[in-house]
Amino acid sequence: MSQKNLYMTRRTFVTGLGLSTVGLYFGAFAYAQNKATTEPSGAMGPKPDPEQPVEEQKSIGLNPNVFIHLAPSGLVTIVCHRSEMGQGIRSSLPVLLADELGADMKQVKIIQGDGDKAYGDQNTDGSNSVRGIYQDMRKVAATARMMLVSAAAARLKVPAESLEARDHQVFHKASGKKIPFGDLAIDAGKLEIPKPDQVKLRPDKEMKRVGGKLPLIDGPAYVNGTAAFGADIRQPGMLIAVIARPPVVGGQVKKFNREAALKIPGVKQVIEMPQPAPPYGFQPWGGIAVLAENTWAAMKGRDALAAQWDAGPNGQYSSATYRESLFKSVRNPGEVMRNVGNIDTALSSAAKTIEAEYYVPHLPHVPMEPPAALAVFKKANGGSCEVWAPTQNPQAAMTEVARVLGLKEEQVTVHVTLLGGGFGRKSKADFCSEAAFLAKATGVPVRVQFTRTDDIQNDYLNTVSAQHLTASIDEKGKVTGWRVRTAFPPIASTFNPKEDRPGLGDLQQGVLDVALAVPNVRAEACRAPAHIRVGWLRSVYNIFHAFAVNSFIDEIAHARKMDPRENMLEIYGPPKKYSLDELGVKELRNYGQPLEKHPVDSARLRGVIEKVTQNSKWKSRGKQKNRALGLAAHRSFNSYTAVVASMRKRPDGSLFIDEVWIAIDAGLVINPDRVRAQMEGSVINGMSHVLFGGVTHKEGAVEQTNFDGVQLVRMSTAPQKINVEILRTENAPGGVGEPGVPPVAPAVANAVFALTGKRIREFGFANSGLQV
Amino acid sequence: MKIQFRINGVEKNIDVDPEMPMLWAIRDILQLTGTKFGCGQAYCGACTVHLNGNAVRSCITPISAAAGQTITTIEGLSTDASHPLQKTWVELGVPQCGYCQPGQIMQAASLLNQKKKPTGAEIDQAMTGNLCRCGTYTRIREAIKKVAGVRK
Repeated sequence: MSQKNLYMTRRTFVTGLGLSTVGLYFGAFAYAQNKATTEPSGAMGPKPDPEQPVEEQKSIGLNPNVFIHLAPSGLVTIVCHRSEMGQGIRSSLPVLLADELGADMKQVKIIQGDGDKAYGDQNTDGSNSVRGIYQDMRKVAATARMMLVSAAAARLKVPAESLEARDHQVFHKASGKKIPFGDLAIDAGKLEIPKPDQVKLRPDKEMKRVGGKLPLIDGPAYVNGTAAFGADIRQPGMLIAVIARPPVVGGQVKKFNREAALKIPGVKQVIEMPQPAPPYGFQPWGGIAVLAENTWAAMKGRDALAAQWDAGPNGQYSSATYRESLFKSVRNPGEVMRNVGNIDTALSSAAKTIEAEYYVPHLPHVPMEPPAALAVFKKANGGSCEVWAPTQNPQAAMTEVARVLGLKEEQVTVHVTLLGGGFGRKSKADFCSEAAFLAKATGVPVRVQFTRTDDIQNDYLNTVSAQHLTASIDEKGKVTGWRVRTAFPPIASTFNPKEDRPGLGDLQQGVLDVALAVPNVRAEACRAPAHIRVGWLRSVYNIFHAFAVNSFIDEIAHARKMDPRENMLEIYGPPKKYSLDELGVKELRNYGQPLEKHPVDSARLRGVIEKVTQNSKWKSRGKQKNRALGLAAHRSFNSYTAVVASMRKRPDGSLFIDEVWIAIDAGLVINPDRVRAQMEGSVINGMSHVLFGGVTHKEGAVEQTNFDGVQLVRMSTAPQKINVEILRTENAPGGVGEPGVPPVAPAVANAVFALTGKRIREFGFANSGLQV
Repeated sequence: MKIQFRINGVEKNIDVDPEMPMLWAIRDILQLTGTKFGCGQAYCGACTVHLNGNAVRSCITPISAAAGQTITTIEGLSTDASHPLQKTWVELGVPQCGYCQPGQIMQAASLLNQKKKPTGAEIDQAMTGNLCRCGTYTRIREAIKKVAGVRK
């Protein structure tokens, strides 16, 4: 902690050094703070060893910024500052740095960064770890490479331009001389650090490994049981806490049986949690914690509490009633957020209008690893707290832990373990601050463990939505108008209860940014007050917007008696980059990226549609009695994806998906196999949404308690084959973790229609009388 | 109550509530954390271990059921991650987040113990109790088929 504080103090001087999202920082190297217990995986090379030469433990050598350290031994240590949750970031980002540096991966060690503002943003969400910081991460490594080359130039007395850094050495082509990186570490470390605007990246063709087959760095640890997730970290004297939380948001404890819980062998303490107040944000959820020597005793102790609750102001929240109120909301005009031409005229003069309503319920995250966090509190020196957690956002955890404990952020250390799935749930800091509160209250290390029921009933659920779409068709059969009204409680409501309708930042996800070659377009945001903590789930609002857009396009195709693919290409329009005016919007957040760099480009959408329909032999599919294909495409997180699903009918009438094709244009790709894996996983994830739906509320509480109620695709329902095509384009990198999901559900729904004539307008096959 | 059993080749005698699920005895008492908690009600298979060579859900199996028996966890499947399933899992890049994979591998190992060359339908049936939220199913299938030497 003291070492950390020293560095933190120095770091606070470092602000705005010219990189857009990462702070270049001179001097201390993050490795110095890391303790052996931080490293989440046994597979990534040796853990810091007290017997190791001291030069590799400390910041001797070259360390121009917090991400890279070169020791005189030649060992390069690269910090992965983003959380690993299955997307393979630890197998990807460090390779990008190593390639830019010219390092040999056999001499590279990867360590997981703690929460630290010196790294810039660490929130691993928004499919942002490559698309957001690709250039900056290369600059970080290029800085070190330029310093090595300068040191070699001085030693060999040759111009820097005549030197080349590769294979962990600096080469002088003319003389054939070469100096290993390690031999240059100390000299290079003494040089002035080039300013970011002086740093030149390598030509792309010199990036040797990027875009090729990269090893899965944590693979061995994953399969032998040594990979350390949140609940795998221990501290001496630790207690396990299982918490009875209010089942309704805003609810309070009425009564509970403390003595009964304390009678359970192994139970040590029963502690009331602080009652949260709106806005709820990432606050602990309240309730009563039972702390025990082991998890089983804590779970039994919690049962023995027999806690009773006052439901509070949200005790009437019911999915059935709320669904109707959402439909009522979208049947009336809302706030106009996008406007092209005159939709009213188009609708009133139409030869034909088509209308449809879509509904998507609250969707849970259910990562396979339920939330868990371990905290240690120390009173000395004004107090400090150390947390180990599977968090997507260690800096948010620092902020919330500091708030709950009344500490400064620099008194809090957050170590990031491997995440057993995140999907957005673990961006929220609630479980970390629960552990911190209990560690302080008890004075011993505490691990908070969510059960599956806790996870499902105390989630930051994806929001619930209704959409009403209307299209006009003229006498020639052309689509002349498109109107969408969408209502859902926005995520902003979790942080400000006054937020009761979708905003600009929400509607960038599949409403404002949809390329539509239709002369009259209007999008309206309709009112929807929140009654739960709404959060973001993988793909977020795109899930239901892409569902409605692609289903409605398919409905239009059938109304026009057109092939769904031809109709879709006509509506998404000819190749074109859209301006704000052409989209009819004042502003497009565009996932934090400038429109010039990542335009709304219908050419790229067409590209994935053409590829996926070619791969699935769409045109020659013919009409079969027991098989049909469905198509959908969507732009999100600056990437473009399209999906074709093949649906089959069994003799008993039940339906199954035997094969899926997915194509993605994410621009530049670092790790194609992990992109492929993300697409495969996205297909399964999107199928779970549409086949089984989400959760429901009754009297304010989630009705489902485990995987019997929350159903997911299993081996028996997984397609036999998922065919992934990655389009290798010259575009800037887009997101990968999320863009695969949105087109899956509508592709399945469109396949259902093609096969059965039944139109699915909400998630959950059972809700449409279909059998999986 | 003292319960004696053999786990990963080592004799253990632990004093524990006989009702405690095997999962928590393995994780909390013996501190073998490769076996994962996913649901506590045998819906997800993350906790799968072998009891006398057969896959069981350790989250609903009381530790008393292990008395005098042999438990194998992921840590004991091989001493050095050299089991063909483990090697193939890495080679084919099966894991994403990795959390469910010890359970998946123990389930697959149990299947192959019982049947050297299962059919595709038998693989699907044997593996359908093991959830993977990342959606690695197609690669799990491929890996099992590869190890079993059956046609894809």
